[in-house]
This record gives sequence, C-alpha cells and structure tokens, in this order.
Amino acid sequence: MVTNITNLGRSGVSDWLIQRASAVILALYTIFMVAFFLFHPHLDYVAWSSLFDRTWMKIFTLLALLSIAAHAWIGLWIVSTDYIKKSCVRLGVQTAVILALFAFVIWGVQVLWGA
Amino acid sequence: MSTLQVSIYRYNPETDDAPYMQEFQVDTQGRDLMVLNVIQMIKEQDSTLAYRRSCREGVCGSDGVNMNGKNGLTCVTPISEVTKGNKLVLRPLPGLPVVRDLVVDMSMFYKQYERIQPYLQNDASEPAIERLQSPEDRDKLDGLYECILCACCSTSCPSFWWNPDKFVGPAGLLQAYRFLADSRDTATKERLSSLDDPFSVFRCRGIMNCVNVCPKGLNPTRAIGKIREMLLSNAT
Ligand code: SF4
Ligand code: SF4
Ligand code: FES
Repeated sequence: MVTNITNLGRSGVSDWLIQRASAVILALYTIFMVAFFLFHPHLDYVAWSSLFDRTWMKIFTLLALLSIAAHAWIGLWIVSTDYIKKSCVRLGVQTAVILALFAFVIWGVQVLWGA
Repeated sequence: MSTLQVSIYRYNPETDDAPYMQEFQVDTQGRDLMVLNVIQMIKEQDSTLAYRRSCREGVCGSDGVNMNGKNGLTCVTPISEVTKGNKLVLRPLPGLPVVRDLVVDMSMFYKQYERIQPYLQNDASEPAIERLQSPEDRDKLDGLYECILCACCSTSCPSFWWNPDKFVGPAGLLQAYRFLADSRDTATKERLSSLDDPFSVFRCRGIMNCVNVCPKGLNPTRAIGKIREMLLSNAT
C-alpha cells in the first residue's frame, strides 16, 4: 500500500471512479450545449438568459463545474506526481492548481446565482 | 549484406565518466542469427563487454535488452526481427540503473514483485495430500503463471519509469492477479486492500507497451483490468 494524502479520493478506486463519472457528466454537458447552439442559430440575450434562469440548468451547470474541478484535480495531481520529482515544487504546483480550481468554482456560483 | 553494424551502449562506472556508444562490425555470413549470437561474437572481439544470459532458449529471462528501441530477449530474437537494413543498436533495459554495459540493477523490479507476496496463502488447515483445484479453476492461471520475470514489460512502461518505487508495474501486477485468481488462495481481501491506492495499480494508463514486448506473449494489461474490476466490486 502506497500512502498518499494529496489525492482527491482516499483511494485509487475512488479517484478512478470520480474521474470516470465526471468525464460522463462533462460529456453530457458538452453535448447539451452543442445541441442548444445548433437549435438556436440566432442566439440572443433573451434566449441565453432564460436558459440560465431555470433552476435545473443552474444545477446542471454547477454539476459540470464541480466535475471540471474534480476531473482536473485528479488529472493534474497524476501529472504532477509523475513528472515533478522535487517535492517542494510539486506541493507548490498542487497548491496553485487547487486554489485556481477553488476560485473557478466560487466564481462560477457567483455568475450562476448572481444578478 | 553479411556485415552487421552493431552499436552497443558501454558504461563502466569505475572507469567511465559517462556512458557512450561503441561501434562493432560483425560478419554474420548471411545467416539470420539470434541477437545473443551477435553479442557473443562481439565478446570475442572485446572481452570487456558485460551482458547477462544463461539458458539461451527463452526460459530463464536473464537476457532482456533493448534492441533497436524494443525490449526483448536476445536469445530468441533473430536479427531480422529487429533490424532494418544492417544496423543493430543495443542498449540496457530502460529505466533501471546500469551496473555495467548491458547489465542493469533489477532490485527495484524485484522489490515490486516481492511486494505482491508471490506465494500461495491459505489459512485453512492443511489437507492430507494436496490442495485440489478443478480443471476450470486451473485454466484461470493460464497466461499468468508463464511469466519468467525478464522485466522487458516493466522497463518499457512509462508509468514504471516515473514511479518504480510506487507503481507495481506490469510484471508484478500480472503475478498479483495470478494469486488473486487462484482458487486455492484465501488472502484475496488482504491482497486487494494492499493494492487499493492511487499508485500500485491505478498508475497504469493502459498504453500496452507491456503487451507489445512480452517475449512470452502474455497480456499484463488485461490482468491489470481484472484487478481493477476486483477492486471496484470490492469497494462499491
Ligand atoms: S498498459 Fe499499463 S502496465 Fe502496460 S505498459 Fe501501459 S501503463 Fe504500463
Ligand atoms: S510478463 Fe512477459 S515481459 Fe513481463 S516479465 Fe513476464 S515474461 Fe517478461
Ligand atoms: S538466455 Fe535465458 S531467456 Fe535468453
């Protein structure tokens, strides 16, 4: 057993599952968005803001945002542990990634539920 | 063309500052020799060349080497299989410390093998004669037990290059599955829980370099997939 404290899930299986589940959610969100754009060739502000007025759309978007954060964290954590061998540098990079993802999620919430 | 141009990685840490490539010409007299024969002919030209071999028939697994960029056993690899034109480049297995020339230090590889506890564990009381197994259960070990631990697979795996201390590697995982799949082994739960971290199994990215080089035609990637399935159904 290799112990680690910086990965997202507490085990290899949970990381692996979260990675797959978040990928599915992101794929669904992407397909939905592409379809929406195809059905609205002359997209205007009214159509766009009425889409995001709906609660289910806010939830769906928040879910996608959280999926991006989880997916990116697991992926970049793997990349950093593969390639960055100096632990102080690795910890610095991991901290920067976490802060950036955290900021994106909060910012996203603000955009979704803001005025 | 009967002269083979061979370029060999040379390094003697006691006398050389850095590794270098040395050129040799070998007269094959038009025969499609095994790479091991070529190395033996070079050894006659330069007796300081160090390499490993023992059985010279693909059984012992001691002569894994990188030949024109691909890992394999020199004793069962004909020149025609690895050369284009008449050039042969020989390097030690990648990713492990070089002891000298083509000889690498396999400690890290064996450590990972040792970690998966490659022996039968059974806490039931011992039967009078032997632990029996049905022919169907025995079949599950085919494609697993044949591994000769040559390390060709693990040393061609990028995940093993980056984390040889944490990722078990294809050879070790193939054996891990060999004991997980054995109906006579009762330590399945313990075995699984010792593999359930982000490195030991899950660092495999499924690029199948291991399958591509295994001289025994084994498939570590499939075994790793099976372990992952077992871990998943154990955890959910
Ligand atoms: S399939 Fe997995 S074990 Fe095999 S070479 Fe690729 S990463 Fe390594
Ligand atoms: S799986 Fe194949 S390549 Fe890997 S150590 Fe065993 S015999 Fe060698
Ligand atoms: S010398 Fe034994 S496998 Fe090649």
